[in-house]
Amino acid sequence: MTETGLQPEALPVEPPVNEPGRDLFSKFDPLIAEREALLATGVADPFAIVMEQVRSPTEAVIRGRETILLGTYNYMGMTFDADVLAAGQAALRDFGSGTNGSRMLNGTFRDHVAAEDALRAFYDMPGAIVFSTGYQANLGVISTIAGRGEYVILDADSHASIYDGCKMGDAEVVRFRHNSVADLDRRLGRLPPAPGKLVVLEGVYSMLGDVAPLAEMVAVAKKHNAMVLVDEAHSMGFYGPNGRGVYEEQGLEGQVDFVIGTFSKSVGTVGGFCVSSHPKFEALRLACRPYIFTASLPPSVVATAAASINKLAVARTKRERLWSNARRLHTGLTDLGLKLGTERAESAIVAVILDDQIQAVTMWQALLESGVYVNMARPPATPAGTFLLRCSLCAEHRDEQIDVVIQRFAAAARVAGALPG
Amino acid sequence: MPDRAEVLDAVVQEIEPFNNKNVPVTEATGFQNDLEWDSLTVMDFVAAVEDRFDIVITMNMQAEIETVGQLADAVTKLKAEQ
Repeated sequence: MTETGLQPEALPVEPPVNEPGRDLFSKFDPLIAEREALLATGVADPFAIVMEQVRSPTEAVIRGRETILLGTYNYMGMTFDADVLAAGQAALRDFGSGTNGSRMLNGTFRDHVAAEDALRAFYDMPGAIVFSTGYQANLGVISTIAGRGEYVILDADSHASIYDGCKMGDAEVVRFRHNSVADLDRRLGRLPPAPGKLVVLEGVYSMLGDVAPLAEMVAVAKKHNAMVLVDEAHSMGFYGPNGRGVYEEQGLEGQVDFVIGTFSKSVGTVGGFCVSSHPKFEALRLACRPYIFTASLPPSVVATAAASINKLAVARTKRERLWSNARRLHTGLTDLGLKLGTERAESAIVAVILDDQIQAVTMWQALLESGVYVNMARPPATPAGTFLLRCSLCAEHRDEQIDVVIQRFAAAARVAGALPG
Repeated sequence: MPDRAEVLDAVVQEIEPFNNKNVPVTEATGFQNDLEWDSLTVMDFVAAVEDRFDIVITMNMQAEIETVGQLADAVTKLKAEQ
């Protein structure tokens, strides 16, 4: 979902331990020292970017400079859609700036229901629950539906919110090698047959932008009588005939028990959700603590989400534009000779793999100074200890912008020594 | 069913390919403190042990295991339960 730089996204770190008698904050000394060492090399701080003005889904002003945004997950470019803005403005005017309460109590307004109805229609499933963030959706659903004595089986490269959902819950947690169908099968086969099992997968893994072999994995999970949850955060709107995600593209309608998603990527606002056809699904509202013990989303947010989801259902031109943009960037960067996370454009994420932190930061800074913003990611967030510059495409990127980006990548890669000068 | 001594021997064997610093391995050797493994290495090593014994060592169990001896105890217990 959202990368936070020095904190790992994918892998659980061992919690830092303090010597007895020391200041509580001394456990953060290694993090502070690492950051200071990085800044001492003279680079700009990759984790302190401020968008001073935002001109469009693809353009902002950063440090006074006009910058092409290539690291925002604003896949479908809905953040400035006229109908979406109008829906939000009307809700702000008619329902005020916030709800002051839990969904359980006084925090369910007309447009929370409208957003859930929009999700039911979008996914063609009877159950939909909106959470205040995507993080809380994973935290809440995973920790609540798998209980003591039951099992959660997850991909080793799962997002932090999935790991944290496991940590918050009481279930036994088993992980398998990233995208390995055989390893999932082997691990499920070693578990006792009786206890309930939940296999947690993602449609697109956000670090390298690679897609999961969901068809094979869901078949294996069903063979072992496990339920399946798929996080489709990075695929909503542009995979499958109805844009439901990788599971729809791989023909798995009706076979995935729970789909988790977010409003903060393709939908273009903030919030999270889970949809399901399980007959008792909405009973989660009675038991799920991250749903109950927090304030609901502001009315303007759920109104923009509902308007955006309804438009995403039929956004065929945007979908085609996004894929065309992803292929254009992937081809351009491949032709430069850069090493990418996938052989072809499997998703709207294109990850450039670099040798080390200095090279990654140098190249990131050269790109920023030439007016291109991308995400930098480093271990332990990244698989196999790699350093990445991650680009995410938007349906609103124009061909000229992508061509400019490719030229600037060529120049930045030479500065950083990632391509021969 | 392997006894604890057999399990310990096997665990020590499985450590070898990951022991890049050539740390002498005893029952008291710590995976993080002495072998200085990062989380990726731990995962590969645990998978190797799981495959060797045809068991699953859950992340919940892994959180309680710090030393080679504790791992041998856990594996012996898991094999006895099978």
